[in-house]
Amino acid sequence: MRRLTWFNVTSLTLGFAFLYLPMVILILYSFNASKLVTVWAGFSTQWYGELLRNEEFLDAAWVTIKVAVFSSTLATVLGTMAAYVLVRAGRFSGRTLFSGMIYAPLVMPEVITGLSLLLLFIGINLDRGVFTIVLAHTTFSMCYVSVVVSSRLTSFDRSLEEAALDLGCSPFEAFRLVTLPIIAPAVISGWLLAFTLSLDDLVIASFTTGPSATTLPIKIFSAVRLGVSPEINALSTIMIAIVTVGVITASIISKRASVAQQRDEQAAARAT
Amino acid sequence: MNLRRFALIAVPYIWLLALFLVPFLIVLKISLSDIALARPPYMPQLDLSAGWEGITSFFAALDFENFVFLTTDDLYWRAYLSSLQIAALSTFITLCIGYPIAYGMARAPLEWRATLLMLVILPFWTSFLIRVYAWMGILSNEGLLNQFLMWTGLISAPLTILNTNTAVYIGIVYTYLPFMILPIYAALEKMDESLLEAAEDLGCSRIQAFWLVTIPLSRNGIIAGCFLVFIPAIGEFVIPSLLGGSGTLMIGKVLWEEFFSNRDWPVASAVAIILLLILIIPIILFQRNEQKAREAEG
Repeated sequence: MRRLTWFNVTSLTLGFAFLYLPMVILILYSFNASKLVTVWAGFSTQWYGELLRNEEFLDAAWVTIKVAVFSSTLATVLGTMAAYVLVRAGRFSGRTLFSGMIYAPLVMPEVITGLSLLLLFIGINLDRGVFTIVLAHTTFSMCYVSVVVSSRLTSFDRSLEEAALDLGCSPFEAFRLVTLPIIAPAVISGWLLAFTLSLDDLVIASFTTGPSATTLPIKIFSAVRLGVSPEINALSTIMIAIVTVGVITASIISKRASVAQQRDEQAAARAT
Repeated sequence: MNLRRFALIAVPYIWLLALFLVPFLIVLKISLSDIALARPPYMPQLDLSAGWEGITSFFAALDFENFVFLTTDDLYWRAYLSSLQIAALSTFITLCIGYPIAYGMARAPLEWRATLLMLVILPFWTSFLIRVYAWMGILSNEGLLNQFLMWTGLISAPLTILNTNTAVYIGIVYTYLPFMILPIYAALEKMDESLLEAAEDLGCSRIQAFWLVTIPLSRNGIIAGCFLVFIPAIGEFVIPSLLGGSGTLMIGKVLWEEFFSNRDWPVASAVAIILLLILIIPIILFQRNEQKAREAEG
């Protein structure tokens, strides 16, 4: 009984209007000629021009991208290792503490994570800047990566790995040649997740940064506290556009990959 | 135990010990310390060069003074209570808005569902800060909502929404809505619809069938969604500081101000410890619900 009732159509329309209208308005008003964000005064792209001339924003964007690339890459390596340990390493002493430390940061309020890391960096006299933000972001996003990767690791057929070992692979070769290609989509989405988490983070970065490094969210937050500005609208529009393109591309790639994998598996099944 | 396996375990383990557990222990320690006019602004310092005596005097100087202070100043417990209340009410509103959307998605034609799912996930990937900011222009006194309401003639003078608790509720509901929709959708999508037909054949009205069959079968999704909204909403900082006013009390904001404005590190640490203690109960309940759901499936 798949029928579209008026109730379902209304709830979907209203729901998605609620989710998207604020962003549509934000984007529309980034093309507003007036400095007053609430009065429409004609179409203009001047705020994009001002944004590109604003060196503070450009510097902050560069810092943010650096932090996001380094921390998400590091987090992907560490998170994949952690997932492998959780799913494959069997028993070892301190396993409960380990899995606790993987899951705890996921529910830890950001203010506490930020505060505790700052107190650590001060305690060991580490100069705060890009490096400390990278450390902080790596720590919380590796937990997200390991959750994504471990769900993929649990679902795949372990006998494939065992077959590779029987055929003379070293454990590392078996990982590189068999396991890694299979979990690759999860590793990639883990990296993307870590990247966007780092790109978005305001609270933890504010705690762990020093005067030398300002990220884009910190910059936006301090500008926004003074009120709405068309420049921030323009910046937001650019960020929304990048994320939208990224998410759609990623979903097309992963759909293709899963179709290709299905085809391979069917071919393998026919061959045997 | 070979060397490679040891390294594989040790690297992420040591990373998490050093950058998650140790910092947390430092917060715990500072929450038991006293504020001091020095750098770092708290006492006592652990002085290992003094040997055993240094360690004992260090522990002797720790006390629960900051925690006692939190109970005497009513700002703190009012902030905890108001965080809990704001989180609970906004979770309820999110459920009331999110359930019909998830229901509509699960009942939509099969070929639409992937697109609808993507439309729910997309806002989750866009910056949290931007999504909160989007509401500032809408809710302000001369903002679009007021312009619209005055244009329709519903109100004659602008309503003050921005910088009130109402704006905080709107912000939380808006930003956390995907967290509510996704688990409920997952539960509803798995549901066997012939059960509904059976209920109707046995004399239930459609509304009765909804309450007696659909709601109980999506129970796990509802519970998971509620916790996924409630737990992070309690410690929220960005939403109350951008959309809330001076009257909005939320503990994440109090902690931030205690640290950055008052520079009282020991009290900020004590606030953090109590916040964690409050969060432990919903987190354990959430874990238990997830485990039960997994057992029911497997």
